[in-house]
Amino acid sequence: MKKLCLLVAACACILSAADDAILIRDVTVHPVTAPVIEHGAVLIENGKIADVGSTLQTPSGARVIDGHGLHVYPGLINAATNVGLSEISSLRDTVDLDEIGTFNPELRAEIAFNPSSEHIAVTRASGITTVVSLPGTGGGISFSRNQQPTVIAGQGALMHLEGWTWEDMAVKPSAVMDMDFPQIRMVPAEYAAFIPGGARTYQEEEKAYNENLRQVSRFFEDVRRYQKAKAAAGPDFRRDIKLEAMLPVIEGKQPLFIRAEKEKAIKDAVAFAEKEKVRIIIADPTEIGSTGPLLKSHNIPVVLGKTLELPLRDDDPYDSRYTLPNDFYKAGVKFCFGTFDVEFARNVPFEAAQAVAFGLPPEEALKALTINSAEILGAGDQIGSIEKGKIADLILTDGDPLQAKTNIRQMFIAGREVSLESRHTREYEKWSKRP
Amino acid sequence: MRRAFLILWAAAGSLFGQALLVRNTTVLTVTKGTITNGDVLVENGRIAAVGKNLSAPSGAQIVDGTGKFLMPGIIDCHSHTAIEGGVNEGTVSDSSMVNIRDVINPTDINIYRGLAGGLTVSNVLHGSANAIGGQTIVIKLRWGKTAEEMLFEGAKPGIKFALGENPKRQGYPSSFFSQGPAERRYPGTRMGVEQVIRDSFIEARNYQADWKEYRDRVARGEHPIPPRKDLRLEPLVEVLEGKRYVHAHCYRSDEILMLLRVADEMGFKIRTLQHVLEGYKVADEIARHGAGASTFSDWWSYKIEAYDATPYNAAIMTRKGVVVSLNSDSDELQRHLNLEAAKTMRYGGLSEDEALAMVTINPAKQLGIDDKVGSIEVGKSGDLVLFDRHPLDNYSKVLKTWIDGHEYFDRDKDLSERTEFARKKKELMDKEKAAAKEVTP
Repeated sequence: MKKLCLLVAACACILSAADDAILIRDVTVHPVTAPVIEHGAVLIENGKIADVGSTLQTPSGARVIDGHGLHVYPGLINAATNVGLSEISSLRDTVDLDEIGTFNPELRAEIAFNPSSEHIAVTRASGITTVVSLPGTGGGISFSRNQQPTVIAGQGALMHLEGWTWEDMAVKPSAVMDMDFPQIRMVPAEYAAFIPGGARTYQEEEKAYNENLRQVSRFFEDVRRYQKAKAAAGPDFRRDIKLEAMLPVIEGKQPLFIRAEKEKAIKDAVAFAEKEKVRIIIADPTEIGSTGPLLKSHNIPVVLGKTLELPLRDDDPYDSRYTLPNDFYKAGVKFCFGTFDVEFARNVPFEAAQAVAFGLPPEEALKALTINSAEILGAGDQIGSIEKGKIADLILTDGDPLQAKTNIRQMFIAGREVSLESRHTREYEKWSKRP
Repeated sequence: MRRAFLILWAAAGSLFGQALLVRNTTVLTVTKGTITNGDVLVENGRIAAVGKNLSAPSGAQIVDGTGKFLMPGIIDCHSHTAIEGGVNEGTVSDSSMVNIRDVINPTDINIYRGLAGGLTVSNVLHGSANAIGGQTIVIKLRWGKTAEEMLFEGAKPGIKFALGENPKRQGYPSSFFSQGPAERRYPGTRMGVEQVIRDSFIEARNYQADWKEYRDRVARGEHPIPPRKDLRLEPLVEVLEGKRYVHAHCYRSDEILMLLRVADEMGFKIRTLQHVLEGYKVADEIARHGAGASTFSDWWSYKIEAYDATPYNAAIMTRKGVVVSLNSDSDELQRHLNLEAAKTMRYGGLSEDEALAMVTINPAKQLGIDDKVGSIEVGKSGDLVLFDRHPLDNYSKVLKTWIDGHEYFDRDKDLSERTEFARKKKELMDKEKAAAKEVTP
């Protein structure tokens, strides 16, 4: 019986088939890449945006939605999550993150993306239609000294938050290569007690860092040798899946998604990209330092983590993380927002909003949740704005989607209306009715 | 001595404290509606008048609030900020003898950061390692003052309880899949957690009876030997006598109900259920017991007991008559509890006043300090926060925070001092580098 209910619920998710035409009219359209259209309309056909304008003809047989003053935005994008790969973060059995090994470029997040994860619907509820799901969580402070830190965690995928299988859901599989760049991370004194053998001294950390850098260089040398060997080899060439998986990176087809927290790590990563001639994205920086001009001149984009974070150092300004997105904006660096987690992936609009409170222009915050995200992830021609020919990922709201008090009323992913119900609303419905 | 000092300090404050008039602003009183173009006057640390076109006493500091929003100081019913050293005394299952009051660090920078987010009062608690944790206190974030001066005068102290996964973690056996703790400590199940609490209160009641008998005999002119003083049982007796509040960390509906029943049986009250993520399933029972619920806005799924959490929790419990607050449990989250409150408008459709109450008057009620703080009303403390936009607007930020009418945060001042701080820091760093060079051969 329970199974049957679930099945019915799953079917109810998809209210209309993708090939139906839908006209959404009498709405304020926020195309993001073009000026706002008051009393505008959006036409969806075959899962794509067929037209956008002030007055659109209703094709025969099209479903018509009268927005009555509601707003239409492109579906929001969270550019860094672990959604689909982790259900209950404290229970390892439900978590498929951080595989064993230092270099794991052959791992692909999309193939372990659980299409039945409860997090998918919960994340959607905030107007998010697409996420990047990453195979790693970054090194952070390693509490286990016995294990080599992971440098390359695998490939992150750009996933729609709707579909029957991970294949259906993948907008861009293998979108990025998730890499934790070697950096010196001192363990704060208060955590030293939790680490077997105690915290390492700066000199020890520095030694490990230099060794890690050498390892990374060696690995890239191996990849280049492999590339040459493969080009020169005959039909009996034996493939190595690890090195093979790196070819798109060194050929510039797949960006390295480099987690670099501090100024030095960012500089190291940029120098590394120059030396190896690879495309990179800087991920989850906690400060900009003097790297603004460097990132701008090298045209390197940034995926920011949470804005609502504590300052890096005790004597940093209290709002140093709140102003960080605006710091990147002022430096002319292209950026977008992510959350680097699962359970709060739905709060990415609020992370962007906090940056607005501390100086970022609101239209830039919206771009950093839509078009910038799409472009940085190499899907700028598919999603991220309301433009003719793009995938019809749309949300109908009663206000600014960056505001908590705004309600997301309807959602379309690839032209299909998607339910905004989730585990959370189901509990609400059920228990509100308890006599 | 301590008390004498406090009185002296309070007297000095009222003697020398400058009056404050915030003028022509949107006053969000929380309990008495919203006044547009309103004024609030603070004298001797207390709100002296709320209205329109108030006149300033001579020498008063006048703040122009035009286009801005004034709300009561934000109250966090679950904080670990300013605790020096460990938050848990996790070695025993009942650690009621330890006291947070002894380990308040008034120089914790997170106090200032809280003020910069409009926070003025925190309920500072132990962690959740044991079924009965330690004694808790309420502080006002009087940055720059001593730990003693930060104590909220007249606020009842509390004690931390914890149910569910955290207190039983030390009791897990190793399994095929996971390594248990090196040394197991009772309890390892929810059933055991109940027994720890029950046992301790049976002991406390016996202890209370022993002292009563002793005092009765003394009153009768006898000379009995007094019972041995027990620092673990003393605070539990205070709980039985209503002198100390119980703040209980909990998640699942079964354990919430269990605790309410143990409390009923032993004859004490649960003042607040903390986190209480499944409170929405037993909201009627919570309301009937009279416990408050202090929850998260939207935390979920970080452990199995948080998997049935829903952000609609606060709304359901509110509708069922529970006094609900939203807390931080975090140095970071305490900086924007107003934004946490805003989420209750999306998740359950609470009104603006209901949302603001979640972080002001409701936590004040839960801590028994609602006669002193939690709303903008005449006679209450001059704990006020000035925002540049409505505090439930995600684009808002705090401009000024006052406690007892004293300014503890001012954004303009903070901004203007940064250059000087940077210069001082550089000077110190240069000195350090120069000294290091001298040492190097």
